Amino acid sequence: MSLMRISSPHAHGTFSTGMVMRQVLLATVPGLFLLTLFFGFGTLVNVAWACIVGLACEALALSLRGRSLAFYLKDGSALVTCVLLGIALPPYSPWWLIAVGVASSILMAKQLYGGLGYNPFNPAMVGYVVLLISFPLQMSSWAPPRGLGDVPGLWEALQACFLPAQYDGLTMATPLDILRQNQGLLMEDLWAQSPQLGRWAGVGWEWVNLAFLAGGLWLLYRRIFTWHAPVAMLASLSLMAALFYDGGSSSSGGSPVFHLLSGATMFGAFFIITDPVSSAVSVRGRLVFGALIGVLVYLIRVWGNYPDAIAFAVLIANFAAPFIDHYTQPRVYGHKQPKSPE
Amino acid sequence: MRRVYDFHGGIHPAENKHQSVRSGIRSAGVPAQLILPLSQHIGAAARPVVTVGDYVLKGQVIAEAAGHVSATLHAPSSGRISGIEDRPIPHPSGLPAPCIVIDCDQQDLWTPHQGVADYRDCDASELLELISSAGIAGMGGAGFPTAVKLMGKPGRSVKTLIINGTECEPYITADDILMRERAADILEGVAILQHILQPEETLLGLEDNKPEAIAALREASASASHVEIVTFPTKYPSGGEKQLIEILTGKQVPAGGLPGDIGIVCQNVGTAVAVRDAVIYGKPLISRITTVTGDAVATPQNFEVLLGTPMQHLLDLAGLQPERCERLVMGGPMMGFTVTNPQAPIVKTTNCILAPTTTELPPPPPAQPCIRCGLCAEACPASLLPQQLFWFAQGKEFEKLEQHNLFDCIECGACSWVCPSHIPLVQYYRASKADILQQRRDHAKSEQARERFEARQTRRAQEDEEREAKRAARKAAAEKRTQLATQEGGEDPIQAAIDRAKAKKAAQQAGTGTEPAAAASALDTLRQKLEKAEQRLAQSHASGEDAKIVTALEASAERLRGKLTEAESAASEAGAS
Repeated sequence: MSLMRISSPHAHGTFSTGMVMRQVLLATVPGLFLLTLFFGFGTLVNVAWACIVGLACEALALSLRGRSLAFYLKDGSALVTCVLLGIALPPYSPWWLIAVGVASSILMAKQLYGGLGYNPFNPAMVGYVVLLISFPLQMSSWAPPRGLGDVPGLWEALQACFLPAQYDGLTMATPLDILRQNQGLLMEDLWAQSPQLGRWAGVGWEWVNLAFLAGGLWLLYRRIFTWHAPVAMLASLSLMAALFYDGGSSSSGGSPVFHLLSGATMFGAFFIITDPVSSAVSVRGRLVFGALIGVLVYLIRVWGNYPDAIAFAVLIANFAAPFIDHYTQPRVYGHKQPKSPE
Repeated sequence: MRRVYDFHGGIHPAENKHQSVRSGIRSAGVPAQLILPLSQHIGAAARPVVTVGDYVLKGQVIAEAAGHVSATLHAPSSGRISGIEDRPIPHPSGLPAPCIVIDCDQQDLWTPHQGVADYRDCDASELLELISSAGIAGMGGAGFPTAVKLMGKPGRSVKTLIINGTECEPYITADDILMRERAADILEGVAILQHILQPEETLLGLEDNKPEAIAALREASASASHVEIVTFPTKYPSGGEKQLIEILTGKQVPAGGLPGDIGIVCQNVGTAVAVRDAVIYGKPLISRITTVTGDAVATPQNFEVLLGTPMQHLLDLAGLQPERCERLVMGGPMMGFTVTNPQAPIVKTTNCILAPTTTELPPPPPAQPCIRCGLCAEACPASLLPQQLFWFAQGKEFEKLEQHNLFDCIECGACSWVCPSHIPLVQYYRASKADILQQRRDHAKSEQARERFEARQTRRAQEDEEREAKRAARKAAAEKRTQLATQEGGEDPIQAAIDRAKAKKAAQQAGTGTEPAAAASALDTLRQKLEKAEQRLAQSHASGEDAKIVTALEASAERLRGKLTEAESAASEAGAS
C-alpha cells in the first residue's frame, strides 16, 4: 500500500471551467435562435466560421507556446469568445472580416497576454473594436429584420460570407442609428415615421434582447455569475435614459425601455460584462463595474460617435477594473472595515 | 427558539456521515505497542519523565508539560517503556518526531486515581489544575491545551460558553456518536466547565444533520436545563470556532484576537467529556473516540481507542482493503492531512481516519488557469478574495497578500472545493503564509543583528572615551606632581626613577659580562639584596609571623642565593678568561 501525499482539501466539487463555458454557450441559444428568426442565417454563419477560425488560432498559439492542445482546447474558452464575437458582428459579414476579428480576439487579446485567465480586456470586444475602427462601413451595415425586407436563406448567407463579391444584400439603419441621427423630431413622430422602431425598441431587436435576457437569467439561476454587474449596468443605463428622456422631446436620448431592449444591451449585460477574467472581482467592485458600463453605454450611444457602445464601454471599464478592485475590497471576518489601500 | 445567524459563504459537500454511525462505539482494545508522540497539542512538547526499561501503569505520567502552553502525557495502558525515539507521527510534514514507546503487557493495570468528591466544592483554580494534570488538549482537532484556554486572560469575564458539537467536516462522526451515546456525560462535563467559567449563558451548538444526537441531548438536558441546545442549518465550515461564534451570537471575533476578547469560550463536546472524566474520576486523557471510515474499509465505525494505538491497528479492526486505498487522511476530507505511514499513532486530536478509494476521492485533476469566476469569494467564510490571493501568491507579492488579509484565511478548503479550475488554492495560501512568516523571522533576526551591532559600536565608543578620560586624568596628575616637585625644589621622584632605570638598562646593554665593573656592581646589588632578604627572614622568625610568609621569604632568599652563586661563578669564569 503506497500512500499518496496530497494537501487538503481532498474532496472537490464537480464543477469545472469546461462546464462553465458550455453553459454560457448553451445560454446563447435563445438569442441566436431569435437573431436567426429575424435576421436570417447570417449570424449562424458568422458564429460557425468564427469558431473554425478561432479554434485554429487558439491551436496555433498553444502549439507555439508549447502547451498541451487537448488540455487547453477543451476548456471551451476559445469557443465562447468566438460565439460571442460571431453574435456581435453584423450578419452577412464577409469571411475575412470575421477572420480578422477572431484573430485579434484570440491571438492579440487573449494569447499574447498569456492565455485564458490573464487577459485584461474582454477578447471578443477587442476583436469587435478592431473591426469597428478598421472597417466602419462593413461594421455598420445590418440586414433589415423580417417583416421589413426579404430575409436571405442559408445559401445566401454562405454566399455573403465566403463569396462576398457576388453577394448584394440589403442593409438598413438600426433603431439606434435612427435615434442618433434624429434631428428635430419628437419621439412620437420619429416612431410614427420609422417602421423599424417597432413598438418599443425596434422590430426584432426587442425580441432578441428578451431572448438574451432569458439566457442570462438562466445563467444566473445556474450561478455561473452573480447578479451584481448585469443589474448595476441595466439600472444605471435605465437611470441615465430616464434622466435624459426629456419627455420624449426632439432632443430626447430615448426612453429607458428603448435603451434596455435595443442594440446589444441584454447581450452585453449578461454575456459580455460578466466575463469574470476582465471584470472587477468583489461584489461591490462588480456593482461599480456594471454601473460604470451602463453610464458609458448611454454616453456613447447618445453623445458619442458610435450608435452602439457596449464594446467601448466594456473596454474602458476593463481598464478601470484593477482600480475598482483596489478600492472595493470586502470587509473580512473580524475586521471593522476593509483595510485602507495604500 | 434562539435566533441563529448566518456566516458568509460556506459550501455543502457530500456529508458521507451515515456509513460510520450504523453501529455504536466499539473498543479498539489494547494493541501490542503504544507510540506516544511528545507533542500532540499546540505548544511546547512534553518532557519525558520515564526512561527506557521502566514499567509504567495505566494512567501514570510519562511526560510532563514543559512550560505554560503544553500538555502532560500519561501511559494509556500498563507495560514497559521500550524506547524514547523518533517515530512516524501523524503530522502534515510527514516527518518523524520523538515518541515514548510502550510495549503493553496486556494487563491494563491502573495507577491509583481518584476524582474529587464534589466539584462544586472546589474552586476554579483547583479544577483547572486537575484538567491540566490530566493532559487534556482540545479534542476537536486543534489540540490547544484546555486548561490554558479555560484560564483565559485575568480579569476578563466569560459571557457565553459555547460547546461545539457541530462536526461540520464530511465523514467524521466521532462527536456525533459521542453525543448520541454519552449525552449525559457531556452535560456533566459542561456543568464542570460552567462551574469554572461562571458564564452568563451556555450554548451547545450542532448542525441539523444530526437528529439522533439532538434528541439525545434534549432528553439529557430535560432534567438539567443549564445548557441551551441550539441547532442550525448544515453548512461547511460552521464548526470552525469563528464561524460557530458568529452563528450562535452574531458576533465576530476581532481579527488577530481570541474569542475571549468578546467574552466567549468555545469547547468541543469531546473535551467536555474528558474534563468530566478527569474531575469526577481522576482519569487522565488516555483514550478518545476516532471515526474510521471511507470506502476502503469494510465496516466504517467509531472506536474508543487508546492514544498511541497505531492507525494500522484500527484499520485492521475496521477491515481495511489495502489494495483499494491510495491515501490515508487524518481528519476529514476538507482539512485533514495525508498520513503516509499507517504505523503512525492515534493522538489526542485524531478525530477521524479516512481511507477513501480513488473513485470516492479521486486525485485532483491538473489545475487549469484561474478565470476569476469568483465562486471562491462566494464560498469563503472569511469574506476574503481567494482569486486575488491566488494571483498575488503566484507573484509572491507578500505585501499585497497581507493587505488582502491572507492571515485571516482559516484554510477550510471551501475555495478549493468550489474552484472549477481545480486549483489547489489552500496549498498556495499555506506556502505563502510560511514564506511570509519566514520573511518576518529573517527580518526580526537581521533587525536584532543590527541592534546588537549598533549597541557594540556605542559600547566601544564609550570605552574609548573612558580610556581617553583616564589617560587625560593620569597626564594631568603627572604634570601636577612634576609641578609640585619643582616647587619643592627637589627632583621629581618618578622622573628620577625613570632616569635610574634608563641608566641601568644602558649599563646592561653596554656590556653584560664584558665590563667587569658593571658585573661587579651587579654582584654587589645581588649581595645586598640577599643580605636584606636574610635580615627580613631573621626578623620574621623572631616576630613569629605567619608560616606562609616565612616559607615565602625562605624561598626568595634561597632563590637569591642561587642567583648569587651563579653570578659569582660566571664572574670568576669571565675573570679567568
